[in-house]
Amino acid sequence: MDEYFTLIIGAIFINNILLAKFLGCCPFLGVSKKMDTAVGMGAAVVFVLTLAGIFSWLISRYLLVPYKIEYLQTLAFILVIATLVQFVELFLRKSIPVLYKSLGIFLPLITTNCAVLGVAIINIQEKFTLLTAIIFSAASAVGFGLALVLFAGVRERFEICHIPKPLEGTGIGLVTAGLLALSFFAFKGMV
Amino acid sequence: MNNLLKEFTKGLWKEIPPFRLVLGLCPVLAVTTTMENGLGMGLSATFVLVCSNVLVSLFRNIIPNEVRAACYIVIIATFVVCVEMITKSYFFQLSESLGLFIPLIVVNCIILGRAEAFARKNTVIYSLADGLGMGLGFTASLTFLGAFREILGAGKITLLFGDTVFLAEPFNFIQQAPGAFMALGLILGLMNLFGRSA
Repeated sequence: MDEYFTLIIGAIFINNILLAKFLGCCPFLGVSKKMDTAVGMGAAVVFVLTLAGIFSWLISRYLLVPYKIEYLQTLAFILVIATLVQFVELFLRKSIPVLYKSLGIFLPLITTNCAVLGVAIINIQEKFTLLTAIIFSAASAVGFGLALVLFAGVRERFEICHIPKPLEGTGIGLVTAGLLALSFFAFKGMV
Repeated sequence: MNNLLKEFTKGLWKEIPPFRLVLGLCPVLAVTTTMENGLGMGLSATFVLVCSNVLVSLFRNIIPNEVRAACYIVIIATFVVCVEMITKSYFFQLSESLGLFIPLIVVNCIILGRAEAFARKNTVIYSLADGLGMGLGFTASLTFLGAFREILGAGKITLLFGDTVFLAEPFNFIQQAPGAFMALGLILGLMNLFGRSA
């Protein structure tokens, strides 16, 4: 039990996939201008990343390894993720339209979110068991969502601040992300 | 000929990724701790970009519009697997230090972006020029950022042939995660400051 707790804390705070491992920077800078889009994107990522973690693990274990075609891992995983995203989109539209309305537009973007593919590959590299892989995927996704929401909160204030002209837009965004990363850096000593 | 040159050079300054086109930031931030890593990553991405641009352009009339994104991803993934194998067998040390970020070239937005925005509408030769220009621009940016962070962060720079030159007092922060964001943000700001008048 202790081990899982360490894993969760580690994935959310210490090795935050966004701020410490730099996975998923494009949506991080792209959709963090408003709080509600950030929350929507965060929720969509938690959902898809956990599912993708499970499916890619199963594919790797029961398809790639037995047939000795591990070198196709990248190709297989990206296809799994792309299909999964489409599938989730269809499923949500048919059965939970309320959720679809709030997450819908973010789902296609997730295919090219490197956090999803990155975590799927890490799961295999670290030789996680299925349970650990699920926990790690979910915790990483929560970490991503947390960083995204925090960042959006800071970024919303930019509109009323005076920002040096050359730094406007992405420049100041990156510097702020650096400060946020610095604050997450402080968790290093925790575990 | 003139047009061809224009497509090639736009990637080198006017639309240089990732500074002007802020796309594909993950490898930019993650692997640029040293100049060598930046260069390696840049060249790997260039190879994939050029090959995928050519192939997408070749098949542009065959690929059905509705499933084009999936087709592009398969094309890109194929070349990424090639790069993965090549680096593992010939540049083992590089493949160790780039690690996760080689397979992640698949989801680099620059490559998919060029396929979608350029290669599917242009002939092979133009797509080749575009891919090469964008790729070399990306490589130059990564090498520059890598050198910047290595000089400031470690206080020295390791040149391609293994010589190490000591330059300054190390400021470790720049080589760590928060420093990556800051360095890129500040360079972006400097480029806007000086680039605007030019």
